[in-house]
Amino acid sequence: MGKDVLVFGEIRNGELKKVVKELIAAAAVITGETGGAVDAVLVGAGAEKEASGISGYGLRKIAVVDDDAVADYSSEGYAAVLASLVGEEGYGYVLMGATSMGRDLGPRAAARVDGVMFSDCVEVRIDGGALVARRPVYSGKLFVELTPEGDGPVFISIRPNNIAPAGESGGSSEIAAKPSGVDRAAIRAIVSEIIPLAGGRPDVTEADVIVSGGRAMKEESNFRMLEKLADLFGGAVGASRAAVDAGYAEQPIQVGQTGKVVNPKLYIACGISGAIQHLAGMRTSKVIVAINKDASAPIFEKAHYGIVGDLFEVVPILTEELEKMLQ
Amino acid sequence: MNIQLTDEERMIQKTIRDFARKDLAAVADEANREGTFQDEIYASLAELGFMGITVPEKYGGVDFGTFSLVLTLEEISRVCASTAVAVSVHNSLANHIVLKYGSEEMKEKYLPRMASGEAIGVYALTEPDAGSDVSAIRMSAVKRGDEYILNGSKIFISTGDKAGVIIVIARTDPESKTKGMSAFLVEPDHPGFSVGKVEHKMGLKASSTVELVFEDCRVPAANLIGEEGMGMQIALGSLDGGRIGIASQALGIAQTALDEAVLFGRERKQFGKRLVDFQATRWKIADMATNIDAARLLTYRAARMRDEGLPCTKEASMAKLFTTRIANTAVYDSLQIHGGVGYTEEFKIERFFRDARVTEIYEGTSEIQRLVISKQVLKEYEQMYPA
Amino acid sequence: MKIIVLLKRVPDTEAKILINQDGNGIREDGVKFIINTYDEYGIEEGLRLKEKVGGDSKVTAVCAGPEESTEVIRTALAMGVDDAVHICDPALAKPSPFTIAEVLAKAISEEGFDIIFCGKQGIDDDMAQTQSILAEKLDIPQVNNATVFELADDLSKAVLNRRIEGGDEKVEASLPVIISCEKGLNDPRYASLPGIMKAKKKEIRVKNLADLGFNEAPSSGRSRVLKWLPMPKGGECKMVEAEETVDAVKELARLLREEAKVV
Repeated sequence: MGKDVLVFGEIRNGELKKVVKELIAAAAVITGETGGAVDAVLVGAGAEKEASGISGYGLRKIAVVDDDAVADYSSEGYAAVLASLVGEEGYGYVLMGATSMGRDLGPRAAARVDGVMFSDCVEVRIDGGALVARRPVYSGKLFVELTPEGDGPVFISIRPNNIAPAGESGGSSEIAAKPSGVDRAAIRAIVSEIIPLAGGRPDVTEADVIVSGGRAMKEESNFRMLEKLADLFGGAVGASRAAVDAGYAEQPIQVGQTGKVVNPKLYIACGISGAIQHLAGMRTSKVIVAINKDASAPIFEKAHYGIVGDLFEVVPILTEELEKMLQ
Repeated sequence: MNIQLTDEERMIQKTIRDFARKDLAAVADEANREGTFQDEIYASLAELGFMGITVPEKYGGVDFGTFSLVLTLEEISRVCASTAVAVSVHNSLANHIVLKYGSEEMKEKYLPRMASGEAIGVYALTEPDAGSDVSAIRMSAVKRGDEYILNGSKIFISTGDKAGVIIVIARTDPESKTKGMSAFLVEPDHPGFSVGKVEHKMGLKASSTVELVFEDCRVPAANLIGEEGMGMQIALGSLDGGRIGIASQALGIAQTALDEAVLFGRERKQFGKRLVDFQATRWKIADMATNIDAARLLTYRAARMRDEGLPCTKEASMAKLFTTRIANTAVYDSLQIHGGVGYTEEFKIERFFRDARVTEIYEGTSEIQRLVISKQVLKEYEQMYPA
Repeated sequence: MKIIVLLKRVPDTEAKILINQDGNGIREDGVKFIINTYDEYGIEEGLRLKEKVGGDSKVTAVCAGPEESTEVIRTALAMGVDDAVHICDPALAKPSPFTIAEVLAKAISEEGFDIIFCGKQGIDDDMAQTQSILAEKLDIPQVNNATVFELADDLSKAVLNRRIEGGDEKVEASLPVIISCEKGLNDPRYASLPGIMKAKKKEIRVKNLADLGFNEAPSSGRSRVLKWLPMPKGGECKMVEAEETVDAVKELARLLREEAKVV
């Protein structure tokens, strides 16, 4: 099995995803043991421009693949690019973010090169010469640690916001353009358009800070208050299932077992009691703050900081205080 | 007696449980607060086949048994006992009576409409002076040509204002007390039929209870169910099913009382401990759980016996007597665990507390059940040890 | 049109998940199993498509799983699926997504297919891999996390929305295609009583590996679970209290900055 690592440098809307630097850090953990090198590949519109942003982050070389056939994402086109790189360079490991793109692309690419895939990992390490990947299962109720068997390349998707991003290490990486080798006409599932969610906030799965509201928000318009707090951090607003079912918030921002699983640095739960289904979606947040009128609400058992009080009183004061701090 | 669920019964239970927890739960609180009958809920239940559970396929039903009906009523009642009333009466009384005693012509005419939910079936027995004492019925039915003319009024008729089919027990022969009664199938557009006074009840507020008035109400002779004089037999013959139905309703209420007690008691802390960590709470939980299990066994047994065609009058009465009693102690204890908040509309137990009460009264009071049971027990002894 | 829906039997979302005594899986005693919630969206979409296209369209459920999976297969049949293939073989206990995809690919090819629906992930392993590997093995396009599905009038292609971060991708895919379903795609129907009654008479074709032409479980993409770990318990919650709410909130803000270092 190869000892070098390929990092998939995901680009969305012409910009490199934040998770890529986290992947580079994870790759360094692997090559620290295997002695291999870390390379990256950037595919699609903006690849060339964005490559310079990670040059010198400990990468040996960066392949830039940007032609008509792969300008926009497609699982078939991008899987072909990854497969040919793995074939040519003999990578032992391919890392990608556990994003909608990474989760779509990884298994298909892995299948194409007869590899194996570990999705949604929160930690990777080398143990006794073998790769060990830790990932949550059963909606985060348990973890498993897996190791590959066989000689195929190992594809790993890593949850954003889990690993400290790599910093600049000086020097620069060799950047080389590469043809995709993909025939555009052969791609059978084509993205024709991206329809953004209303509101300019990041997706809950990507945000560093999430302010979530529950049924206690009482009505849809009260979510403006949470948005104001979230906007201080460029964060996202989330909602519990109860709030979504009551029609106060939309399903795409629902956090929990039947919604999104999130992993922010700061999660502020406002008027959320903490049903087990909700906890399943946010329990791995680094710092959890709970604001609830009911001191016995189970959310306090998972929270790091709690205030018993009326959210309609607490949230505006907190927004004001944090705004002062951040100025 | 196997009280385990078959695969099929588990599927039925899952469907009705999911429906109750999602669709019914979404409207139950408000419906009970406002006292509104949920037409859409019945329409959905009908579409899913729950208005013809025991009706054979050839009449548009699904031909499952009493046991499936029990599971259905139990799950509905865990969320909204009011909704279970109409489903129980429709299936275990109205459908049952037409199916068992109706002519082929009547079955073909009415059962498909009833099984599809197009016509909700209700049962009109009680009169101001005839409650537990069925033989005191006064409402008269006089044959004139090819019609019967009905006169009198029926009270406390569940869902009477929504009925498409009304099973009425009336007196065709004033001379004979028990043999002088007959059963009729009345449609609300039969001339002379009207809905009278609407009752304002303590509980079951999302289920209407009304007076039905028959003033020279003309019913086609073909709508006599069975033969003249069979009224008492029909009324008594449907009691078992009705009682098993109410036992199922009480079972659902009791289960929710326990569920709510445990969920509340796990979260509520006093004196630095969770309520469920106090022995006083634990004892209540143990008693509730044991009673509910015993009640379930009694109810399931009665249903299985009925499905197997075995006589089950005593067993149905035992199930109703016991289950409705323990449902009332369960809601009482659960509310006690809740404390003050349990007495407010904010918490489910307040509604279930009120809804539980009537289960010991309708479909035969607990006193009547004891009469039935003791009579049967004494008869059994009589056979074993003749005096 | 030949529609395939994939099913997986998984523990109920409300089930308490504990590691078993041997430490090599979860405790299954007392755990209720259900159809994978996301697969239900796939079943519903398959049924709606059949109802729309009509003709001799047929929906076939394919499920790889232990014998006990019969119950979830019957539920799918009761929802309206026409018939089912149950791939059941002791050699498929705890399979990898690659193994399952290879087996499914064989079974599905034998059935024939125009469109395949499944859930976006199993709510047990949460891997979200099988459908994409299956697409590769069958050499067809994939669309994951669909929230909108429409079929062109000439039945040649599907137009979908697929959920991504911060929005939806609009995707056009030629048939045959595999589509994994996200919550919000539809509202799955209940298994009705007439459906449950009819399901009794529907056929479940049970196949083992040998029936599908495998001598042993396909071994591609092999991996091994080293260990199962419980989720670490959170620390004590620090309750911030003060006589006046405003003081408590100020203290909270200070702690977030100075102690938690998140501001």
